[in-house]
Amino acid sequence: MNRDSNKHTYIFSVIMVLLVAFVLSFTSESLKELQNANVKKEKMQNILSSVGVNVSRDESELLYKDYISNELSLKSDGSIDDDVEAFDINLALEVKKDSDIQRYPLYIANVKNEKFYVIPLRGAGLWAEIWGYIALKDDINTIKGVSFDHKSETAGLGAEITEDWFINSFTDEKIKDSEGNFVGVYLTKSNNDPGNKDKMDNEVDAISGATITGDGVSDMIIERIQNYIPYFKKISSE
Amino acid sequence: MSKDKEPLFSKKNRALLTDPLDDDNPITVQVLGICSALAITVKLEPAVVMTISVIFVMAAGNVIVSILRNVIPTRIRIIVQLLVVATLVALVDQFLKAYAYDVSKQLAIFIGLIITNCIIMGRFEAFALGNGVWKSFLDGVGNAAGYGWILIVVAFIRELFGSGELWGIPVIPQFIYDLGYQDNGLMLLSPMALIVVGLYIWIQRFYNRKLIEKD
Repeated sequence: MNRDSNKHTYIFSVIMVLLVAFVLSFTSESLKELQNANVKKEKMQNILSSVGVNVSRDESELLYKDYISNELSLKSDGSIDDDVEAFDINLALEVKKDSDIQRYPLYIANVKNEKFYVIPLRGAGLWAEIWGYIALKDDINTIKGVSFDHKSETAGLGAEITEDWFINSFTDEKIKDSEGNFVGVYLTKSNNDPGNKDKMDNEVDAISGATITGDGVSDMIIERIQNYIPYFKKISSE
Repeated sequence: MSKDKEPLFSKKNRALLTDPLDDDNPITVQVLGICSALAITVKLEPAVVMTISVIFVMAAGNVIVSILRNVIPTRIRIIVQLLVVATLVALVDQFLKAYAYDVSKQLAIFIGLIITNCIIMGRFEAFALGNGVWKSFLDGVGNAAGYGWILIVVAFIRELFGSGELWGIPVIPQFIYDLGYQDNGLMLLSPMALIVVGLYIWIQRFYNRKLIEKD
């Protein structure tokens, strides 16, 4: 056998590649269920943490039902689409659709007799996508809490959006200006209020060195929440 | 072949396991695999998981390459080696996602970066391609352990002095903080990993005179 002949090289590569492909797809298929269960629990954990309920990933599945009283999938005009499970909406795919055919998942939480609206967020960071949840109080203006996650933002800079000090700066900020118009929350560098004492200014302090990730956070808050305004108008007029 | 009669753990074979721990350590002597040593030594847990993953990838990879060493076409051997590492790393990644989700999130891209860990390709190329299966296995375990040993030492020091914890559990008692002690935040930044590795090399050379070059 001449192992450097072209024939041997080709046959060897084909067999090797087929073998590897088989092994990998077999493992991936057989572990998929466990992996998906982990992703689902993490999603529940993140939703709960945005309303201030911090639990471990394993507990989240049990406690989720206790706190989340309703899951709605909304149409762009604010009406409810009963045919779509809100929890199963894959926001990564959904945000790519036109805004009028998207379904917007909304989670309604009930924590210690307080009602919160949890809106899933998704946007672009510097390197890849960022996502999270924002929980609004019953007045649909004050932020109860947020949770963020990212795929591959820079550790120490953009990746800081997952840290408590950053997340906590959103608490009690408003998404509407003093006249009641929806403006979102901006991450600003020129914040005159670095201590973040002014909760009416629609601003939180940005992270140094993470401008693009920060802009991504501001943008996704505005872009996502504005889709829910028709629904909120509807319920407040009822 | 007379070699077959060599005992499984002959002196030579044991050296394959133990040399990389000290005399021929991949990080502190050969200075390979530094990049991941900086990145994942902030805490003990990911360092230990990384060590286990690398031991698995390196031992299994060395064995596979060694089994195939007489049929791998020479011209595409690097590609074949890459394929072997990449496959094993993909397997590790899948298992971590299923059974150790938090750790897999923490390690995230570093698991993928095992593929580019120069120690692994180096051992395939320099050892497994020219040696038997058993020896290659020992060499793989030895080198991965030598790599992991440094990770664990550095992570131990950085987590202890950087966040006052070990394995996520606070170990420095409160009264020491009350006396004015503070965790050293610098320990958590990458440059300190380099400095700790440097100190390790200094101490290692102080005790292991064999390593000192004769001018």
